[in-house]
Amino acid sequence: MLRYIGNRLLLLIPVLLGISLVVLVLIDITPGDPARMLLGAQATQQQVDDLREELGLNDPLPVRYVRFIWNVLHGDLGTSLMTKRPIVDEMLQRFPYTLMLVSLSIVLSVLLGIPIGIYASTHQNTWKDNTAMFLALFCVSMPSFWFALLMIRLFGVQLRWLPISGVATWKGWILPCIAMALGLTALIARQMRSDLLEVIRQDYITTARAKGLSEGKVIYRHGLKNAMIPVIMVIGGVFGSSLGGSLIAEVIYSIPGLGQYIMSGLNNRDYPVIQGGILILSTMFAIVILLVDVLFALVDPRIRSQYARKSKGRGKRVGDET
Amino acid sequence: MREKAKEGGSVLETKRKRKKSRLYEIWRQLKKNKLAVVALIVLVLLVLLAIFAPLLAPYPYEKQNSKLSYAGPSADYLLGNDKLGRDILSRLIYGSRQSLQMGVIAVAIAATIGILLGAVAGFYGRWVDNLCMRLLDIYQAMPMFLLCVSLAAIMGPSLRNAIIALGIGTVPGYARIMRASVLTVREKEYVEAAKAIDASNARIIRKHIIPNAIAPLIVQITMGVGGCIMSGAALSFIGLGVQPPIPEWGAMISDARSVMREHPTLALYPGICIMLSVLACNLLGDGLRDALDPRLKN
Repeated sequence: MLRYIGNRLLLLIPVLLGISLVVLVLIDITPGDPARMLLGAQATQQQVDDLREELGLNDPLPVRYVRFIWNVLHGDLGTSLMTKRPIVDEMLQRFPYTLMLVSLSIVLSVLLGIPIGIYASTHQNTWKDNTAMFLALFCVSMPSFWFALLMIRLFGVQLRWLPISGVATWKGWILPCIAMALGLTALIARQMRSDLLEVIRQDYITTARAKGLSEGKVIYRHGLKNAMIPVIMVIGGVFGSSLGGSLIAEVIYSIPGLGQYIMSGLNNRDYPVIQGGILILSTMFAIVILLVDVLFALVDPRIRSQYARKSKGRGKRVGDET
Repeated sequence: MREKAKEGGSVLETKRKRKKSRLYEIWRQLKKNKLAVVALIVLVLLVLLAIFAPLLAPYPYEKQNSKLSYAGPSADYLLGNDKLGRDILSRLIYGSRQSLQMGVIAVAIAATIGILLGAVAGFYGRWVDNLCMRLLDIYQAMPMFLLCVSLAAIMGPSLRNAIIALGIGTVPGYARIMRASVLTVREKEYVEAAKAIDASNARIIRKHIIPNAIAPLIVQITMGVGGCIMSGAALSFIGLGVQPPIPEWGAMISDARSVMREHPTLALYPGICIMLSVLACNLLGDGLRDALDPRLKN
């Protein structure tokens, strides 16, 4: 087991190295000179050249890459071109907000989505199931930024129940979390339903029924345990999409999190911020996926034994299919 | 040589027949699902709307009229006017063009790259497979929407760049499904037969692997169109997609955001348009999944 976790951690290194390379190359091929952007159109060519030299933009790509990695290893993501503040400080300050937003919405969607999925699958092909699944598809198809605006309009402006932006009080978290959780809940419910339906057809469920267990025990003791594995995978994948979604949600609800920071970095072409932001969010995502995989290996002996024998093997990552 | 060609011809013919009956079978299954049929009709209408937008729209989308700023619905302007007095209905109709382009072209890009990558990785196996999968690992370690936003921002905001960003950002899903599917097709007898008559690898991939492995991707592609319409609207919403004055649903919501208090319907209509198109794609995808694999639904 330890060896498995160790292997997975080692695999994380090339992935993160790769991401930083991709980001660096992307910024490199971007049209427009960051130094020129920073100084404005009035600056002389001399000033621009000096700043480029100072920022190290004139060095070849491999040199900049190694320097970037070296700095990251020393806990330094550079300073923002706009605010001149160290990016690590800014990120640390903003990180809790994003973490809070993302985890609250995921908890909410798990708490709602799993029971809905179970309910729908135990009432398969009845009107209850059909309604629940149609509603779920409806929610998956709703643009969350649009839903967010409509909720602000209804609960913030019209009814005045909740603040329209900011998270100064706990009430401020309600709308953003609901907006983010809506689609995720529906995704989880759909996955839960289809997995449970698949499991219910297995022989061991028939056996459980045949030996006279109550339907509740069959579903919860035998069905759910086996159906949960793909659902957990989807929850891992959902974490990634909610990190992406936090970009927009944080801007709409003015939550001072990482998403908002990255968006402002993108708008200002503040490339160290973009670099650092993508790296941090991707690392978060990679760690969650790792945790999910470890959780699996703990839950499912089949996966564990597969890794015990063949250390380089890997499970298929669901969540891609969402 | 000629004999071989003839043989190839007859094989192709029977194959075509089989393909036809397979498509027919899928259609027969799909027809049973009322919602999926409705979704298909909605999508066809949407495509027609986009193609014939200049004929269907009552006004040109950029025609301004300062007297009608934020005017409510009237007989001339069924859904009212926006800030610059432009007809909202016309803008919604023209907006379907941008959204459909983002959905269809982006998915075409993503699916093409994904299919090639998955086919090559699955067919060659070993280090090629390993390399491709490691690349995809890196790819997927970045949250998809974050990747699309970054690409779009870096390339500069425009419809074309948004499409490219969405296309590149969504490759991994297709590639992984394709690879998994190729792994089973690779072991089939007809691939072995093709190898036996010394067909080149490129030919085997083109003629045997891809056509036979593509079925599981159909659902993913259908739903992908919906996903790209939605992500594209989100890109436009944050100003990274279609630029004014060209109408786009996401951008229209963004414009309406500042006047949500006074004119909430301005944001309502484009949102409904997005939702209907995405919902139609998802319903059709669901229907196709059941049609392709009827044992799931009984």
